[in-house]
Amino acid sequence: MAVALPKAAEPRVDRLERIWKERPGVMGWLTTVDHKRIGIMFLFTSLAFFAAGGVEALLIRSQLLQPNGTVLGPNGFNEAMTMHGVTMIFLFVVPISIGAFGNYLVPLMIGARDMAFPRLNAFSFWVFLAAGIFMYVGVFSGNAPTAGWFDYVPLAEKTYSPGSGIDFYALGLIFAGISSTATAVNLIVTIFKLRAPGMSINRMPLFCFAFLAVAFALVFALPALTCALLLLEFDRLLGFHFYDVSAGGDTILWQNLFWIFGHPEVYIIILPAFGIATSIIPTFVRRRMVAFPLVALAELLVAFIGFGVWAHHMFAVGLSQVTTIYFAAASLIIVIPSGIQLFAWITTIVTGTPRFKTPLLWIVGFIVLFIIGGLSGVMFAAIPFDQQLTDTYFVVAHFHYVIFGAAVFPILGGLYYWFPKVTGRMYHERWGQASFWVSFAGMNLTFFPMHIVGLLGMPRRQYTYPGDLGWTGYNVVESIGAYLLAAGLLMVVANLVVSLFRGERAGPDPFGGATLEWATSSPPPAYNYAVIPKVSSPYPMWDAGDRDEDVANLAGGRMVLEQGHETPASTAVDAEWDEILDMPSSSPWPLVLAVAISGIFAFVLLEQWIAAAVFVVATLVVLAAWHGKEPAEA
Amino acid sequence: MKQWGRAALVVAAPLLLGGCGKQSPLSPKSPSSHDIAVLWWWMLGVAAIVFFGAVALLVIGWVRRDRPGLPFFGERESVNVGLVITFGMVIPVVVLVALFGISDLWLVTKTGAPAKGSTAMTIRVIGHQWFWEVRYPGTSAVTANEIHVPARTRVQVVATTADVIHSFWVPQLNRKIDTIPGRTNRVLLYADEPGVYRGQCAEFCGLQHAHMAMKVFAQPRKEFQTWLKGQEKPADTPATAEQREGRQLFLQNSCAGCHTIRGTSAQGDLGPDLTHVGSRTTLGALILPNDPRALERWIHDPQSIKPGAKMPALDLSNADFKAIGSYLDHLR
Repeated sequence: MAVALPKAAEPRVDRLERIWKERPGVMGWLTTVDHKRIGIMFLFTSLAFFAAGGVEALLIRSQLLQPNGTVLGPNGFNEAMTMHGVTMIFLFVVPISIGAFGNYLVPLMIGARDMAFPRLNAFSFWVFLAAGIFMYVGVFSGNAPTAGWFDYVPLAEKTYSPGSGIDFYALGLIFAGISSTATAVNLIVTIFKLRAPGMSINRMPLFCFAFLAVAFALVFALPALTCALLLLEFDRLLGFHFYDVSAGGDTILWQNLFWIFGHPEVYIIILPAFGIATSIIPTFVRRRMVAFPLVALAELLVAFIGFGVWAHHMFAVGLSQVTTIYFAAASLIIVIPSGIQLFAWITTIVTGTPRFKTPLLWIVGFIVLFIIGGLSGVMFAAIPFDQQLTDTYFVVAHFHYVIFGAAVFPILGGLYYWFPKVTGRMYHERWGQASFWVSFAGMNLTFFPMHIVGLLGMPRRQYTYPGDLGWTGYNVVESIGAYLLAAGLLMVVANLVVSLFRGERAGPDPFGGATLEWATSSPPPAYNYAVIPKVSSPYPMWDAGDRDEDVANLAGGRMVLEQGHETPASTAVDAEWDEILDMPSSSPWPLVLAVAISGIFAFVLLEQWIAAAVFVVATLVVLAAWHGKEPAEA
Repeated sequence: MKQWGRAALVVAAPLLLGGCGKQSPLSPKSPSSHDIAVLWWWMLGVAAIVFFGAVALLVIGWVRRDRPGLPFFGERESVNVGLVITFGMVIPVVVLVALFGISDLWLVTKTGAPAKGSTAMTIRVIGHQWFWEVRYPGTSAVTANEIHVPARTRVQVVATTADVIHSFWVPQLNRKIDTIPGRTNRVLLYADEPGVYRGQCAEFCGLQHAHMAMKVFAQPRKEFQTWLKGQEKPADTPATAEQREGRQLFLQNSCAGCHTIRGTSAQGDLGPDLTHVGSRTTLGALILPNDPRALERWIHDPQSIKPGAKMPALDLSNADFKAIGSYLDHLR
């Protein structure tokens, strides 16, 4: 706790320590259900995939450094281009947002001791890890997909993409979808039911609103993708004809299903970043967010309207004019909630007294990049312009400003911001700022010229280009920018790694943060809070009296719940005291279940149907075992 | 120093030449592309105002970092919320409604598929991995990758595909249109003046997506008519012994299984029609300039020039390749 413990509290805290202690060593990590340890595993795994996706990006930029490049060749380029997209979206941004940041921070911010379903949480991590390995087994065995991350049919059908690359892609994404769905359901229930009594929905941090919106979007968006992928695998493995026009199928069905998922996915990618921004800004400008209710509403609206805009990815398909106009209108409407958030951040910064420390720098950088990406995005709602510039480098520039600028920048800012909380040590401020400036310069140098080269007619996804069309110089700059950006990111990594061992001790609240995670020690104990914190506003750390009351409660044994492995549940809207939940303890079953499911996917891929069936049975057996009697507490 | 100077020139040259590209939507040569380019410049102007306005606010935030509240208005929360509503909702609604009206209700009708009967002629463009087949309905003319049209004439392009999705795109003349299996899409092609306009497949279509380019030759009407007449004719008969040898080799080997040369027994339909291949300026969807040596090189080893192309290398002697090249070059 932030404040020295009163004597009377010590036995209670000791008891909590004993009850919440997990196994030591590697077994502890393999069987953990602690949302913080799971969050850390999500973090390192997704960062490893970030590195892989980054290497693929650098390969792409090296191939395109000059006309008629020979670094990769056509097949290598298509593999790198496809895996770069798949990796960054499915194995990096989404898992690091919801798996690492969501998992680690949501329970802390709402004053809970864990996620609502701790074992499901562990399961979703192991499934994510397995799905990622599954896809990269494809890459390293020479079976990388080559049809691009949106994998249009009929190019992705067996006729045009023989081999198993697309199967690794399709099955891998179905597999990874299990993980995202589990995490999303977990977040929804956690946010609705596990908020500390007193944290009514209007006192919930905006960070949690963002994650609530994302979780709902995931739950509704992923089935469309899973369905699309299943139909594809039916076509590829079993000879069905869902997408085969010559047999009465439809190629546009794939595009519709994919983008019904794919556009909400864009908001799934950036909303967590918005949540991070709304956490960092109040802390460093030392004031509350302007227009809190509007921002909360905007976060939810973005996720909702995001489901009605998908066909703007298909304006060149030749849809009817009525259809395109409808989707263009919807795409323009979604600008409004984004505009509200943007100007809420800016106004908060202007009216506050900002300290431009590293985390805030990344957020200001994010705001600038998001404006550029947002403005170029609005242009794509102008149908004729879209039909001219879609599938060129202009669109590549646009979505990298949105995904790298508006999602990854806040994630990197968030890494700095919560680093002291997670590790108990401070990062190096000077190097942190330098890493920002190098990355910011690299980002703009890489992606800004893509606007121009797109406007000069360079299509995306071509492995090479002729030297006489005026594109060469821009490509040179882009590639240099990419290397610079990589250097900036390595500086971030170096800073955090060195600080992990040599950083100053941080203490529980080095920045004067507003939300509850700063109330507990850094790093937090397994049970998060010795006493369930009192909450009377969305900025509980700035309500000083409440923290004193926590200390008094701990001394008096109120709201401590040290009788078992317990956390309180509250009502969904008003957060009135509901009941005490007996939380499950560590278990090997989530990992075993993930392994069993991996068996199913592996053998389906190999078209070994009997072996796959055996693993289906194994999965059911493990599920039964999971729900068996828990071993007695040690 | 000299190298640095050259490097700087490489970087700067295209910046200076910006907008003059042969495939650039920013050097429009038709009313449709012109409208889109104008729309772009207007959107850029408005976007610049929004961007610099927002950045100016951030700069104010930096300058006043030690003073809470706004300049002039001080610390009034209602003013702050008012700012968010004004900049985040009211102004965007006005701007977006205007954009919607101009681009999505009005301009869209001018870049959409041409109305039935509003065009003077129709050509069919069929996307293949990785070349464009071009047909002139009502005539027997078939060509590839080089589309001849009369200038200042409304030409309807009927775009389809023989395999996967491609996208027909000649940015100086109009927006792009996908070619989708099972669907027939239409787009207008109109050139303000005679000229050569480069285009390219814009939808990722596999290994050689990068080498699926095309040229549109907009010609004065007379010249176009002459060209079309020439293309309708069956292939020339060989004039020399070497060309006769080349034709023999062409028909005996697998060439004839994939290519058509009208007037001979070669009737394949997987590769481009070669009846008048010698009259084209490029080979392999613009990958090589067309001349006898390039033809020979291409036939000798298409896979090293365009890896993954559907054309296999043949196991023939150098003299044989030269003969086939000579024959094909003769097909003007």
